[in-house]
Amino acid sequence: MTRPLFQGVLIRLAAVNAETQADAAARWSRDPEYSRLLDSDPARPVPASRVKADLEKQEIKNDGYSFSIRTLTGDQLIGFLDLDGIQWSHGNAHLAIGIGERELWGKGYGTDAMQEALRFAFDELNLHRVTLTVFEYNPRAVRTYEKVGFREEGRLRQHLNRDGRRWDMIYMGILRSEWEAESS
Amino acid sequence: MIDSLFQGKRVTLAALDLDADAEVISRWTHDPEFLHLTETEPARPLSPGQVRKKLQPGDTEGSSRFTFAVRTLEDDRLVGLARLMWVDWSNGTAWLKLEVGTSEDRGRGYDADALDLLLGYAFLELNLFRVTSVVFEYSIGAIHLLESAGFACEARLRESIIRSGRRWDVLLFGLIRTEWEKGRGKAEAAQ
Repeated sequence: MTRPLFQGVLIRLAAVNAETQADAAARWSRDPEYSRLLDSDPARPVPASRVKADLEKQEIKNDGYSFSIRTLTGDQLIGFLDLDGIQWSHGNAHLAIGIGERELWGKGYGTDAMQEALRFAFDELNLHRVTLTVFEYNPRAVRTYEKVGFREEGRLRQHLNRDGRRWDMIYMGILRSEWEAESS
Repeated sequence: MIDSLFQGKRVTLAALDLDADAEVISRWTHDPEFLHLTETEPARPLSPGQVRKKLQPGDTEGSSRFTFAVRTLEDDRLVGLARLMWVDWSNGTAWLKLEVGTSEDRGRGYDADALDLLLGYAFLELNLFRVTSVVFEYSIGAIHLLESAGFACEARLRESIIRSGRRWDVLLFGLIRTEWEKGRGKAEAAQ
């Protein structure tokens, strides 16, 4: 592969920038559907000042890498991607991604960002596997993860309570060997 | 009403008394087997002072975490730690972790008794919907213990850790409140 690290075909993984990112992240936090797809916490709007303060507090860590996702055309900030909880002695990490700009859902941006994240995880961090969790009510994300090579490894039954019913939390994982087979 | 929230047949769930307990816990951390059963971090012996720092109230108490000392009824000896962590109130879930300090005390009924108490606390006091527990593929004793308590293996994270030179899966076990109630009904009927 000749493309530089962090550079996909639609997006690039860029540094997190508290100055430019806070307004967008605050706007995303006012979208309850986005919040519910993202994590199991109650949806809650967060003001830009708070996002900015939180982002400024973030230190460079040894067990995690945070990126913003920006389009190659127009350099628009559209989401974030984190590799965190890295266990160096075992070679694994947890991945989380969110595309906050909902008009760009289903257009391949998430897939492209995931592919770049895996390239970073396996080619740069030299990890052995990457884990993620996704909710049963988010089939679009499941399809994206499968497309880049993740396999379902199990599900915590009825782990979430949304709109009066219970939903599973799905665990997915990809091993280095599987990624190598995918990308060759 | 239950009158035995903290008192089992062989152990009690008690408050941690760090001044005294840190000495005992420090001894446990000098046994790599103890650390390998419940920690993914590289094994590292801790001094009593380091244990006190690690188990300070900010890390063990609060609305989303509950830590208990497991003590024998017989002689009030500290044999383990029992915890509920990452309590997610809006979804009614938590992660459960049970550690028994020495190999002599494992598999003697202390662990099963402590697990019963901790599940009673999770379902009858915290009113949770389900609990999850993380186990490593090589922890045969822990797997048996969870299965006996009614847990189902729900996920297998392949090749997640390296120990003794080979890779092992990490297993996630779950128990839903209704399953626990059913198992408990059976246990009571058998008495």
